[in-house]
This record gives sequence, structure tokens and C-alpha cells, in this order.
Amino acid sequence: MDAIDERKYLRLNRFPTIWCPGCGIGIVLGAIIRAVARLGLDKDEVAMVSGIGCSSRMVGYVDFNTIHATHGRALAFATGLKLARPEMRVIVVMGDGDALAIGGNHFIQAARRNIDLTAIVINNSIYGMTGGQYAPTTPRGATATTAPYGNLEPPFDIPALAASAGAPFVARSTVYHAIELDRFIERGLRKKGFSVIEVLSDCPVFYGALNEMGSAVDMLRWYRDNTISVREAGKGEGKLVRGVLVDRDLPEYTEGYQRLVESLRGKGEG
Amino acid sequence: MKARVSGGAALMQGNEAVAAGALAAGLGFFANYPITPANEISRVLSRELPLRGGVFIQMEDEIASIAAVIGASLGGLKAATATSGPGFSLMQENIGYASATEIPCVIVDVQRGGPSTGMPTRPSQGDVMQARWGAHGDHPIIVLYPSSVSETYELTIRAFNLSERYRTPVILLMDEVVAHMRERVMLPLPEVEVVPRSKPKVPPEMYFPYEDGDNDVPPLASFGEGYRYNITGLFHDRLGFPTLRPDEINPWLKRLFGKIETNLEDIVWCEQELIEDAEVVLVAYGATARSARHAMKLARDRGEAVGMIKPLTLWPFPHIESIAERARRIIVVEMNRGQILGEVERLVHGKAEVLGVNRMDGEMVTPLEILHALEI
Ligand SMILES: Cc1ncc(C[n+]2csc(CCOP(=O)(O)OP(=O)(O)O)c2C)c(N)n1
Repeated sequence: MDAIDERKYLRLNRFPTIWCPGCGIGIVLGAIIRAVARLGLDKDEVAMVSGIGCSSRMVGYVDFNTIHATHGRALAFATGLKLARPEMRVIVVMGDGDALAIGGNHFIQAARRNIDLTAIVINNSIYGMTGGQYAPTTPRGATATTAPYGNLEPPFDIPALAASAGAPFVARSTVYHAIELDRFIERGLRKKGFSVIEVLSDCPVFYGALNEMGSAVDMLRWYRDNTISVREAGKGEGKLVRGVLVDRDLPEYTEGYQRLVESLRGKGEG
Repeated sequence: MKARVSGGAALMQGNEAVAAGALAAGLGFFANYPITPANEISRVLSRELPLRGGVFIQMEDEIASIAAVIGASLGGLKAATATSGPGFSLMQENIGYASATEIPCVIVDVQRGGPSTGMPTRPSQGDVMQARWGAHGDHPIIVLYPSSVSETYELTIRAFNLSERYRTPVILLMDEVVAHMRERVMLPLPEVEVVPRSKPKVPPEMYFPYEDGDNDVPPLASFGEGYRYNITGLFHDRLGFPTLRPDEINPWLKRLFGKIETNLEDIVWCEQELIEDAEVVLVAYGATARSARHAMKLARDRGEAVGMIKPLTLWPFPHIESIAERARRIIVVEMNRGQILGEVERLVHGKAEVLGVNRMDGEMVTPLEILHALEI
């Protein structure tokens, strides 16, 4: 089982990637591929849709049906594709700005609609692609290129937002917790409905450098020391909780639409 | 109120004719966000599409609507959206995306007075230039413009056909007058041609979604059918992957514009009436073409040599420069400040006098106003 050959799922001729040395996005890429492999999915039945940003460049490297859409709109593109091809597994990869700033409305609407997409939000606490500006996920007080005196705004709690908007599956992990991350993405993919997996991921070049967090390895250690599993929550004051935070069964949109069409069969003017 | 969608003569509204034409053309997916004066289109399609196994979805805004349309088109469905000025503005980035990625789709803009919220219930032709140039960057686009309910039905089908044949977004531009007017339409039209999507015939490893070979319009595989390729709004190579290489970009650009510019005969539809002996030629489209035609008839009754030109394809704009060789004066009638006037001046290049009759106060240009311009 463990002998997964990730290369089978990659467009190796597109490598090397555009990502900076030490960037966490590659770890998320590996986790997604292993989850797809464990589910035994055929590459033809998998689509990956992304927006614009460093995280969103992932689609170019995977050997699936891939859409590099416009900034913030990946979930809306994916909604159309999923409705046209309900049998496909549609994975949506977004940066935190992509998913929650420009794409924030699509994010909560997709959660409310509960359409069967697996949304992976790679949260590096910053706008990576454009050079380290503050995002709606940047912690209060943190430094960004456009917050030279410290960020005045509080960050979104992505799992809480997704849960309150109606997502049936919500999880959070980090690129340090690689094995856990594989499992969460696999569970998200298995879930029928809108699943959200937030992955805290290091951007050593912008967020790390601007906030004196050290090397990429130091940032991974930070995730180890400053997050806590939901099973031990309560034991770690002020730590970010990781885990499957929501897992519930709710009516899924494409199935509901299919049932509607079937119930109308024979009633049309043709 | 029900639009008849098949068989015999039907009395229907322009917006209902859009819905009926879209269904006749094989519409499989429609996504929109409510806006006046386009609402009747979604009212009909939300009822009709589920009955036919098609998809109707009301999205959270117009950006999401056009995005979902593009996604569904990649899934293999003929897909469309409908809106008015404010929503049309929001769609522009993704219309540019569809143009650059060559994904067929149809966008209906039932214009209202503008800019801004403008006059939601009043007619306007103010989006003519936005339809052409609303998305950033040079890009090819096809814009059709009906002036009657019957033409609306026909041009809607044509919009889908052109979008599939040339792998491009096609905009059906309408004005509120035609959208809300009721007229007789014969359904089905004799010999309606419906163009299916051209699919690759080669094995997946030989498929190039942006091939720059002899064929100007490479076939488009649907997602999920074994052809795993990439779509990006970045400039891309023939496989669909980002590139910055001029030797890959230039052939792509040449093909992107060439597929439209070398097929103008198929794409451009322009009606001419009584122009052989005309000293004055009226140029008008949409509802204003109706006033212009009326004015032309009145002028002919008075013995004046007046003809008219009605472009049904607004962009690419028809090559009408030859009329300047005979006509002394060209009058462009529009419910805007002269958006096509400038185009006509550019083509005519000083060979005839070019004047405009324009209104942008939410009132139709009347035949009398046009007659008045003839007297100048
Ligand atoms: C409409 C639009 N606005 C702005 C941009 C510029 N832009 C590109 S990526 C990006 C943000 C990237 O940050 P994030 O989504 O967090 O992803 P990351 O690069 O950090 O992975 C922005 C603002 C754009 N491409 N499109």
C-alpha cells in the first residue's frame, strides 16, 4: 500500500516547479497525489481547478484534467465543471488570498450550496505571488510588505468560516504534519459534499523573512510547536487546533439536482 | 405566461426568444445572477432546462456565473449566461479568459441605460464598445445584435454555432426594446443548422488543444474523456502550458485572431436595403434599425434616395466602406453617444459625410428625429 509512485500522477516534463526553495506547497502537492492514489482514482476522472497565485500553479504539474482559472474564481469554475461532469472528482487548490479575499464570496456560497468539491486552502498567511502583501489570513501585528507597521486586521478562522457557512467536512493541518495531512485530504476526497482542508504552509521568502521566523525548517518547527491536535485541545493555550473539525452528513447539491431532473422525467414538453 | 418553444407560430418576447433559441441550439448549462431587463431569460430556462436534463443554476454573482459557464463548457456542455450592464462589467475578466483559452460560450447582454446602475428598465445601446473591448488586452470576440424577436431567436442559435465553430465567446447584445417586445416567431425555423462541438479524433498523446497547424480552430476535448490537458489564462504553448517564448506566442496570436479574421464571410452578417441609388445611407442596429427603416420608407415616399445598412454582426464590424463611393452622406443612428459612429468614420475615411443621430436618455430614437437629420 505504501509503495505509491507519485511520479505516475505528475507531469514530470513541467518540472522544476516555480516554487521557491523551502516553500511548503510541494508538500501539499505530494499529499494530494497520495490521497488520489490511495482512493485508486483514474487520472481521467480527476480534475484539479485553481485560481491565481503560487499555490494555484500546482495544476500545471499534475497529470489530471486541469484548469488554472482566474484569481479567486476557482470554486465557481469548478461548480460549472462538476455540474457538467458529476462523475468527476474535482479538487480545488487555492491560496488563502485566492480563497478568502477575492474569492471569499464563492467560498462561503460553495460551502452553503454543499457541492461535491474538495477545496484545499494553502494558507501561507500572505499573498505570495505578488510579493508578501497582507492577506485576510495575516495575523494581527504581523509584518507584510504593505503592513510595514504591523497588520491592523485580525485573520479569518478558515475552518470556523467554512463550518458556519455549511460545509459538511472541515479539517486543518500543516505541512509539518505530513502524514496527518495525507489522511485528511484522503478523507476530504472520500466525503460526498463540499470538503475544506486548510493547510498551514510556510512561505520562508516573504512571510518568514518579514517576520524573522528563520529558515523553512524553523517555520516547520513553528507549526510543530504552535499547533495542537483536536484530541488534545484544551491542553495547549493559544495554540492553533489541527484535526477533522467537522464531519457531518448534509444533502449534496449535484445529487439533489439529479433527483430533481429524475422527478421531472416525462413531464417536459420535450 | 409561457413561451412556446417548439412547433408552429408563436407570439413571444425577445427574452423568451433567447431562451427558445438557446434550447434549440442545444443549450446544456445556464448560470446567471438576476438583473433587469434580462430576467425573463432565466425564468424560462429555470423551468425548461431541468425538464430536458440540462443544468440551471443561479450563482452568487455575475463573475461566478461566467466562471461556471466556462467550467461547464469544458465539461462538454453548450453553456450560456445572461445579464445587463452592471453584470456585464463584472464578467469582463472571464470573458477575456474564455477568448484567450478558446472556450465556447454565449453571453447575452440585454443593455440598460448606463453607466452605473443607470436606467434599469429603459433601453440603451451603451455597451457596444464594452462588448468589443470590455476585457483587458487585445482579444478576438464576436458580437451579434438582433432587431426583432424573430432575429433574436435566429441570432441566439447562430451565437452558439459561431462559438462552437470558432471556439470563442460570442456576445448576443440586445436592447430592452427588442427584449421586451412581443412578436410572431415561426418555430422551428426552416433548416436550422446546429453546430456540434468538434472533438479530437487523434489519440490523447497526439492531442494539442492549441495546435497551430493548418486547422485554425483545433478541436476541444471535454474533461473526463481521456484527454488530460491544461487550461490557463496565461499565454500558453500548443499544449496549454504557460510560456513566455515569443516563438510560441506569435504563432498562437496569429491563429487566435486569424481564425476570426480569415472567416469574416461566414461570421459577418449585414443587411442592406435600397442602397444601390442611395445618396444618404442610414446605419442602424437593434431597435434603432426599426426606426431607421421607418424613416427610410417615409423619405422614399417623399422621393428622397435613402437606403440603409443593418449589421446583425456588430463585431467584427462589417466592411461597409464601399457605400461611401456612392453615398454622399451616412447617418449612424444609435442609443449611445456614437459608439459605432466612430467605427463608420474610420472605415469611410472622409469619403462621405458621417453624422450621428443619438439619444441616451432612455427614449427610442424616433423616425421623425431621423427624418429631421435628413433635412440638414
Ligand atoms: C483580479 C486580480 N487581482 C489581482 C491579481 C494579482 N494577484 C496574483 S496572485 C495574488 C495573490 C496571491 O496570494 P494567495 O492567493 O494567498 O496565493 P499564494 O501566492 O500566496 O499562494 C494576487 C493579488 C490578479 N491576478 N487578478
